[in-house]
Amino acid sequence: MMPSWSLIAVWLPLLVVAAVQTLKMAAFSYVLGVIAGLVIAIGQMSEHRLLSKACRVYIEFIRATPILTQLFLIYFVLPSVGLALPEFTAAVIALGLHYAAYMAETYRSGIAGVPVGQREAAQAIGMTRTETLPYIVLPQSIRIILPPMVNSAISLLKDTSVASLIAAPELMLRANDLTSEYYMPMPLYIIAGIFYFMMAYPLSLWARHLERFARRGYASAHSVSR
Amino acid sequence: MTVIVTAGSFVVSIVLGIISAGCATSRSPVLRAISYAYVEVFRAVPILTQLFIIYFGLGSIGIKLNPIPAALVGFGLNGGANLTEVFRGGIGAIDHGQTEAALSIGMNPLMALRYIVLPQAFRIVLPSLTNFAIGLLKDTSLASAVAAPELSFDANTLVERTFQSPEIYILLALFYLAMSLPLSALATSLERRSARGHRA
Amino acid sequence: MPLVRIRGLHKRFGAVEVLRGIDLDVHAGEKVSIIGPSGSGKTTLLRCINYIGQPSEGHVTVNGSLIGEKSVGDRFVALSDRSLARQRAGIGMVFQRFNLFPHLTVLRNIELGPVKVLKVAPAEARERALTLLRKVGLADKAAAYPEMLSGGQQQRVAIARALAMQPKLMLFDEATSALDPELVGEVLAVIAQLASEGMTMILVTHEMQFAEDISDRVIFMDHGKIVEQGPPDQIFHAPTHERTRAFLRAVLDRRAKPL
Repeated sequence: MMPSWSLIAVWLPLLVVAAVQTLKMAAFSYVLGVIAGLVIAIGQMSEHRLLSKACRVYIEFIRATPILTQLFLIYFVLPSVGLALPEFTAAVIALGLHYAAYMAETYRSGIAGVPVGQREAAQAIGMTRTETLPYIVLPQSIRIILPPMVNSAISLLKDTSVASLIAAPELMLRANDLTSEYYMPMPLYIIAGIFYFMMAYPLSLWARHLERFARRGYASAHSVSR
Repeated sequence: MTVIVTAGSFVVSIVLGIISAGCATSRSPVLRAISYAYVEVFRAVPILTQLFIIYFGLGSIGIKLNPIPAALVGFGLNGGANLTEVFRGGIGAIDHGQTEAALSIGMNPLMALRYIVLPQAFRIVLPSLTNFAIGLLKDTSLASAVAAPELSFDANTLVERTFQSPEIYILLALFYLAMSLPLSALATSLERRSARGHRA
Repeated sequence: MPLVRIRGLHKRFGAVEVLRGIDLDVHAGEKVSIIGPSGSGKTTLLRCINYIGQPSEGHVTVNGSLIGEKSVGDRFVALSDRSLARQRAGIGMVFQRFNLFPHLTVLRNIELGPVKVLKVAPAEARERALTLLRKVGLADKAAAYPEMLSGGQQQRVAIARALAMQPKLMLFDEATSALDPELVGEVLAVIAQLASEGMTMILVTHEMQFAEDISDRVIFMDHGKIVEQGPPDQIFHAPTHERTRAFLRAVLDRRAKPL
């Protein structure tokens, strides 16, 4: 069942193009997720009872339902209220809005993860609550949220595969096409797997590195004798 | 079907996860390497691809699996890789002093593990485990996508087959909501219950 | 007019009343130590002075201004965050857990307040910061990050950070309680130096000998009230209340006794 090298030579360029489409989809979705997540996180912290409730409901809904269902809702159900989106766009929006909810939670834990003593110390030297954010709180939350943000990027990259089920252009769809043409699912899906691995593994290494980096800098909270 | 696949995969994942965590923390570099490779590979490749390899790929070289066993293998292997880190963290988080204290009152290492370390580790991994269970429940939605089609992979056919009246998807969303929310509530109450003994 | 005037201070956390009516005056240049068992409300009291903790009832006045509120006719209205921040700038606080900003160098920790809050020119703020670092004996650590310093060093930087704002009053919240014993001395030395220079200070502390050495007045608190106050001689050697005596006995007599 091993494919000949000439066959692989035919497949590879097509798969590479598809992998690039996967990366494009992931990149657009990620940007959407980061920005929308910020909006939702801020909305959740607002004093407007209705707004913060709505944001909370959104997050819970996203987390309780599969990405596939959300994708189908956007691609198949929206047209009946007049919004028919092409596959790639629908996928980007579904993935983006899905990960926005997770980003919002990440941002929230980032802010909450800064010890309360930090804000108190900043206020004790005369900073207003607003001033504590850019100088003291946010810089420290960045260290906390980076690892989960990279892990989300990895998950997002993998979830682009789900878009193949609405025939959006990406790697799995191309693998499916080639399988129906050549009927060799094993090598084809394994090669697809290798492509995903090559895209995701560097991110995974970076996440590990960031996790180590995130642990630095909190020794000041504990008494240390050196 | 969703429930069987989820529950079964959950069990398989836990077993594999514990074994893999054990390898990861072992003194043998070979075992550690195997665990690392297992985790990194299965976490870098989408679950959909893994399912396709197991169901269609193996099928084409003669190992024909029924949809449910295929899903169990696929989700189980994938889940085990994801849980490795959870278990590793749980065991590592238990202060060495606990084991030392247990040994100093005369327990042997196995007893120490069973009565002192694992109960505390369990409390630590519980939230991650319940999150994992909820994620698994959602991922099984992909199993139906794989099991339904026959061997024709024509993209259009795939779309046509899954295109049904829009209401179905709303119902589907509500179905998952109905299953996930109680699970989350159960998770929170379990967490609170097992954390009770821990507050100083 | 006392520098600090506290009248009728009550503080409740939910159903628990931690401060049950505190009246206190502290005069400029005075060094006041507050001692007492855990849960007596000492830290809560301190934190109400610069409004890091908000009183449930009662009023705090520092240097003539009501802290955290202003009187509008015959009512009292909360101050805006901006005005409150300005008030806090004149009061320095040193925390038990230092609370240095980990993402900034030692020097930056100290000059941040003057530059951003007091709007001092950066060059001058830097000069001030370096002078203060020299004063607390850490001039060579200017470019270090807090995590690289020992606890005693971090606390000394924290004191410098508070001093950089040129406060009229310094509040020390168990400044040495989180330190390993051998590091306590270097911090106490800095505080003693500050005391000898005339800084008005209120210290919550467990260091009884230190309190006796530098204080003008010692206050013993228990269960949210001031039980007894007076010169260190009186409090430590001739206390009038049984509770004070019991507390001092428990704290000062560390010899092992059979149960």
